[in-house]
Amino acid sequence: MSSTTHGLGGLKYDPSKKARAPEWNVFFALIGIIVIFEVIGRVFMADSFLFNTRENVSSLFNEQRLQIIILQVSITGIIALGVTQVIISGGIDLSSGSVVGATAMIAMSFAQVAMVNGNPNPKAIFGELGWVDLPVIVPVLVGLGCGLVAGLVNGALVAYTKIPPFIATLGMMVTARGIAKWWSKGNPISFPTESYAAIGKGMMPVVIFVGLAILFHLIMTYTRYGKHCYAVGSNEAATRMSGINVDRTKVLIYVIAGLLSALAAVVLSSKNLTAQAGMGVMYELDAIAMAVIGGVSLQGGRGSILGTVLGALIFGVIISGFTFLKLDAYYQEMVKGVIIVAAVVLDQWRQKGRARG
Amino acid sequence: MSDIILETRGLTKHYGGVHALDDANFILRKGEHIAVVGDNGAGKSTFVRQITAVEQKTGGQVFFDGQEVNFTGPLEAREAGIETVFQTLALADDLDVPSNLFLGRELYKFRLGPFSVLDRKAMRDRTMEALKTTAVKIPNVDNPIRNMSGGQRQCVSIARTAAFASKLVIMDEPTAALGVQETAQVENIIRGLKERGIPMILISHNLRQVFDLVDRIVVFRRGRIVASLNKDETDGNDIVSYITGVKGGTDATYA
Repeated sequence: MSSTTHGLGGLKYDPSKKARAPEWNVFFALIGIIVIFEVIGRVFMADSFLFNTRENVSSLFNEQRLQIIILQVSITGIIALGVTQVIISGGIDLSSGSVVGATAMIAMSFAQVAMVNGNPNPKAIFGELGWVDLPVIVPVLVGLGCGLVAGLVNGALVAYTKIPPFIATLGMMVTARGIAKWWSKGNPISFPTESYAAIGKGMMPVVIFVGLAILFHLIMTYTRYGKHCYAVGSNEAATRMSGINVDRTKVLIYVIAGLLSALAAVVLSSKNLTAQAGMGVMYELDAIAMAVIGGVSLQGGRGSILGTVLGALIFGVIISGFTFLKLDAYYQEMVKGVIIVAAVVLDQWRQKGRARG
Repeated sequence: MSDIILETRGLTKHYGGVHALDDANFILRKGEHIAVVGDNGAGKSTFVRQITAVEQKTGGQVFFDGQEVNFTGPLEAREAGIETVFQTLALADDLDVPSNLFLGRELYKFRLGPFSVLDRKAMRDRTMEALKTTAVKIPNVDNPIRNMSGGQRQCVSIARTAAFASKLVIMDEPTAALGVQETAQVENIIRGLKERGIPMILISHNLRQVFDLVDRIVVFRRGRIVASLNKDETDGNDIVSYITGVKGGTDATYA
């Protein structure tokens, strides 16, 4: 007997074979893009994209470039981890970038040093209160609190008022940006304490990103929450009928996304040693793009944290590659746009292929 | 102990002004298989949705296993022992077979609120067992069911019901979209339930199937139960006359 079974209308597929994980496709795309930059570099620039070409350094790879590739995507990557969960559950979160802005402003104002060079901190938001330096835990918790509130509001709107996630989070996007601007009347907030500045120093954003990626990979794969994210995104009605509290699951999903945005804001403001109302603009779209490039389906139900991490790396490689080829930032944005659309088109094709069996 | 597993008295459901179900009196005995037939919109699915509490009834009483019950949702009904295969497949296409079988009643290695860790091996093992007892053949249970044929998906749905069936199974047109072979497989699962003595309510348009599988046939027409006939005392023509209203113009008081 052959291993092919017959389905409706004579459709066939080989069900005994485990389908290749879609993450492999993303991984091959990543390798392919690196190879393209390498070839272009060798042919036109007489330089290597990936490998070390400096004689005074002894490493095989261009480690500096590798570090930059991952460092420049790790903060948006943290946001993308949350956005991935939202999209898998069939939703969308447009508010992440603005939540980053608002959270950075509010958290930073609790992280400021009281004295700069012996004078009261000129940028201090609470300067007139004559506060001393607060321990680092305070701004971090305040920041996470902001993310929690934003996530709760998003989640409650989506779960209980049943308005589309697009609208609910669009509202949060505009509101949170307004809060970011209102908080210090548009002024930047600077001079954080040393311990706050240490959060995002050097390669710390990468460490935090990778650590969170592993944590959420495990959560999405092995826990009830993860399973229910996929179930809700796959068939919400069926999930509800199975007795799963879909509404509560959704609130939790948006809360986690909000917390991750807030964490990204803390890391970002710490890394930049300042917070500005314009921080995080367009981050939500970068995060969504990372997820989509990583194979997370906008229709929900499909995708993974691993895919998003690979998607983030593709993002980083492309930005670094353009810098390497000495192309202007304008081209980066244009190409980014094309890649996002291409990723969604590919996803559609994949699904059509599957529907045909 | 009474041998009645499910009884409804005056079960009624109105959607605004539409009387989808009116005064349904119905009795199901232990081990009995009953078919519910009727034209589209006759109230069959509405009837089932009131019993399983997918919708809340407008009036009337439901007795299950000797007690009056007022389920507030399908989960409560399921916990009480009523398993349902819904007309629209209640499956998550992107999950594999074990995840679908255990959706909403996962097994855990240890519990930690929403982050409870799933016992994937135990769920997989019990899935294989369940598929074996229901004689459903799924070549690779680890693939998402999106990749499976309509028949295989329906079989997963029914295996899920049969595997957890404790007291009552309800199937709403389980073979409506299936091919010949797959229909036969589903019918075998139903016969298996009969052998195990698990009572069942089968909603079906297929009279051949109904006469093949069940003991008693209940006919719905315009939201009312118009007949309740033992399989041996009736035939296809008789049933059709009730469905179309040629017979049973006056409402049967008790079914």
